[in-house]
Amino acid sequence: MDITELTVHELQEKLKSKELTITDINKAYIDRINEKEKDVQAFITLTTDEALETSKNIEESVNKGEIKGELAGIPIGIKDNICINGVKTTCASKMLENFIAPYNATVIEKINDENMICLGKTNMDEFAMGSSTENSYFKKTKNPWDLSRVPGGSSGGSAAAVASNMVPWALGSDTGGSIRQPAGCCGIVGLKPTYGLISRYGLIAYASSLDQIGTFTKDVEDTAILLNIIAGHDDKDTTSAVQEKKDYTKALKNDVKGLKIAVPKEFFGDGINKEVKESIEKAIEKYKELGATVEEVSLDIADYSLATYYIIACAEASSNLGRFDGIRYGYRSSKFNNLRDIYINSRSEGFGDEVKRRIILGTYVLSSGYYDAYYKKAQQVRTLVKNRFDEIFENHDIILTPTAPTTAFKIGEKSDNPLEMYLSDICTVSVNIAGLPGLSMPCDVNSEGMPVGMQLIGKRFDEETILNAAYTYEQATKFREKYKPTFKK
Amino acid sequence: MSIEEYETVIGLEVHAELSTKTKIFCKCPTKFGAEPNTQVCPICMAMPGTLPVLNEKVVEYAVKAGITINCEIERDSKNDRKNYFYPDLPKAYQISQYDKPLCKNGNIEITVDEEKKKIGITRIHIEEDAGKLNHDDFGGGSLVDLNRAGVPLIEIVSEPDMRSSKEVDAYLKKLKAILEYIEVSDCKMQEGSFRADVNVSIRKKGQTEFGTRTEMKNMNSFRSIVRAIEYERLRQIDVLENGGKIEQETLRWDDVSGRTFSMRDKEDAQDYRYFPDPDLVAIKLSEEYIENIKNNLPELPESRKQRYLEDYKLTVKEADGLTASKYLSNLFEEATKISNNPKAVCNWIMSDISRILNERELEPSDIKFSGEDLAELIDLIEKGTISSAIAKKVLEKMFDEAKKPEDIIKENGWIQISDEGAIKEVVLKILEANPQSVADYKAGKEKALGFLVGQAMKETKGQANPQMLNQMFKDELK
Amino acid sequence: MEVKKEELLHLANLARLKLQDNEIEKYLLNLQDILNYANLINKVDVEGLKETIGERDSYNVFRKDEIDKFDNIEGMIKNFPEEQDSMIRVPKVVQ
Repeated sequence: MDITELTVHELQEKLKSKELTITDINKAYIDRINEKEKDVQAFITLTTDEALETSKNIEESVNKGEIKGELAGIPIGIKDNICINGVKTTCASKMLENFIAPYNATVIEKINDENMICLGKTNMDEFAMGSSTENSYFKKTKNPWDLSRVPGGSSGGSAAAVASNMVPWALGSDTGGSIRQPAGCCGIVGLKPTYGLISRYGLIAYASSLDQIGTFTKDVEDTAILLNIIAGHDDKDTTSAVQEKKDYTKALKNDVKGLKIAVPKEFFGDGINKEVKESIEKAIEKYKELGATVEEVSLDIADYSLATYYIIACAEASSNLGRFDGIRYGYRSSKFNNLRDIYINSRSEGFGDEVKRRIILGTYVLSSGYYDAYYKKAQQVRTLVKNRFDEIFENHDIILTPTAPTTAFKIGEKSDNPLEMYLSDICTVSVNIAGLPGLSMPCDVNSEGMPVGMQLIGKRFDEETILNAAYTYEQATKFREKYKPTFKK
Repeated sequence: MSIEEYETVIGLEVHAELSTKTKIFCKCPTKFGAEPNTQVCPICMAMPGTLPVLNEKVVEYAVKAGITINCEIERDSKNDRKNYFYPDLPKAYQISQYDKPLCKNGNIEITVDEEKKKIGITRIHIEEDAGKLNHDDFGGGSLVDLNRAGVPLIEIVSEPDMRSSKEVDAYLKKLKAILEYIEVSDCKMQEGSFRADVNVSIRKKGQTEFGTRTEMKNMNSFRSIVRAIEYERLRQIDVLENGGKIEQETLRWDDVSGRTFSMRDKEDAQDYRYFPDPDLVAIKLSEEYIENIKNNLPELPESRKQRYLEDYKLTVKEADGLTASKYLSNLFEEATKISNNPKAVCNWIMSDISRILNERELEPSDIKFSGEDLAELIDLIEKGTISSAIAKKVLEKMFDEAKKPEDIIKENGWIQISDEGAIKEVVLKILEANPQSVADYKAGKEKALGFLVGQAMKETKGQANPQMLNQMFKDELK
Repeated sequence: MEVKKEELLHLANLARLKLQDNEIEKYLLNLQDILNYANLINKVDVEGLKETIGERDSYNVFRKDEIDKFDNIEGMIKNFPEEQDSMIRVPKVVQ
């Protein structure tokens, strides 16, 4: 048995039956990291040394009956924009290369309460800005299905770590597709929950009104389990919603009879790769077989959602990233004679190209004279996008689209043209604009053996319906049993 | 053209720190004077990933202030970010309010030279204070202390309705008194918890459009503000009279040299890029919320003043003086509960106490003794235990240490000499030593008596009962 | 809208960023590209639509005025690039 092949719910069973111990599990994962990390480069910081020690302690406590917790000792990977007290938190930026977070993010408190074990901080596009993880200051993460390709982004490290079995699951963040798109690229399940379901406290902000923490797992049941842990209102985040606590595993009914699926034709246009389209069409047929009703609808928002996204996200980022100024923490240039130099040199040397580009764009759209034409207008378009989704949800339960226009592209292929890179998010951004939950799961592989992601979009705070739809499809198609990453060079 | 042909136009932006226990967006204490960076947390230090949560008292206090100065309270309000870089501003933006302040369109009535005038209030909004920069005298750098970062402020913006430094002085004193009365700010000027940005422009009398204004930021003393306005007004007139043009700029008032300086950093054309803070939700105030605050307002100076005029028969000037400060007015109320001589209480507060405050550059809120102590002091004079001269000395001591007047008197051996034998001894001694004065008095020069009494007081270090002295001299000289 | 070089430099300055001479052309081009795309939104009819600020309808989320002191100030001070007497040292600020 290869322990690292197992899902978390399978690990839980083996722990319960004493077939495995917590230390066995952590050792297996650490061995796997030692074997695969050199090829995949998914982590910025590994915490494996402490992890082994911790796993022994937790095992002891569990054996003595001091702690319970269904998830005690289960390893996890954390995207490096989520703060862990005493651990380097870099956002994959030179700016925070030596920043040690002095506090825990709320999700980390929840993970700690369960006595889960963090094995490392995963790579990402710098400050979560990108769709390929190529914008990391430290390293380029490779796609486990084909090491010459990107894992998607910005949470590419988390996606690749799960896909290559270096952790059983991981947390990421999604502002315009940063969980779903890499999950799609790496053939795993990625969930961006409804805006407000999960506290953002301790998530280093890119775009506050769009950012949301979410999950990377091997299957849908694990998504439900991890969501159970991290969801919930937090007093420290006023944008977190007051919601009744749910058990998402109860939503997994393996039945979609009567489920009303909307398929917006605009998401199958010219920009979408032919093979991707075909794979999604096959998935649609599968849903029909399973008893769901599928209806084509019009949702003409993709293009201007993307435009709106870049305006709002960059505007917020330009302000959110002001605090990285070389004064209180992070990179301070050694070249300065006065205060102005500290600001300009620290920021110019500490930020990468894409970050600077977005800060400048954001500064532009907020500056006097342009605010109304861009920022204000974008906020109105945002309302329109929300309304359009609401209209569709009046008569449908979920919306089904491709996760991205293409499968994972080659490293370096798009790094010269920012706009082309931005188009990778065309299918996912509208979901953030409207604050809805979106899940990506693998539905097929293309002719080159690369996984194709399918996106399921739900109503606000109705994660249950998309989880059930995804679970039912997964049970019927068994993608994981058929396809595995090959680490092709 | 002469100075008289110009009119000065002044508008103020007052920043008052609210006297909440915690900061506006985090749970750190706001106590003044703590060791550097001991009242900070990841939120007010702007550690990456942190989020603000608005303190409910801040909204309540701002609304309280708004209601008191006759503002309309905005039912729908929000917080906005004002973006700029400065080492005392940890997030590189200040959370403030831009187009939807909590309160707007109010007014404050002032009285100058017995004329009443209403000064318009444009708006009151809530925002966070910045940290403090300390200068390092040895290393030549600056040191950032963020204890103050995130302390809640209200900014009260007036209309450009004031026409003289006198009006400004009256406006500021009135505003300060109001904020103290409703207990939203302690308004300690030396601690910077009540400070003003002063906008000054001039124009020819009769002209309707405004002149170009200059702004003097962060002024925290009435005296400096008055001086600065006088200086700036004359400077602007001088510029215009010499064919120059006023530049819109921020100036720094230097109290030592008594002039304004242009602040250098002009390479930055400011553009604050205000936008709604996406980390905070909107503020919606119900009628019930506003009514509730309205119904629980404490008594305001105007109402106290009326009471003083009617109940204690004080003069308008006295009543105005007492009610100008909540602390003085409270002192008066406490003392008159015990003392049955309100006139005397008022006199002590308005003359000696005010004088000492002035001399020592203290604020009424710094007074350590209670109204009860003051009443006791007055009672001791009336009972003849001490003279007024001694009482003044006792009062000085009461400012130094928290002791009862009686204890101060005992410790210093200041009890008045009212023993007839002892007084007679002194009188005879003084008469013998001053034959000339005795002759003068006998020749009809009444003044000589005063001199003799004075000498006797000196001899007894002010402790002799002056009435008894007077009488005994008269008797001896008959 | 066409972005001019001076405007780009002004924006960079507002954002406290310095662009190297060889970067300016590239940034201008990128910015222009993205803005042209962003202008798509100006084709949308938004007449009468309110602005969505955050993705939520909630309001009045307040905190009680109660002190809770943070217990890891040391952890923050350790991150100061230059520390002196628990304060952050910066070049002299002319006020």
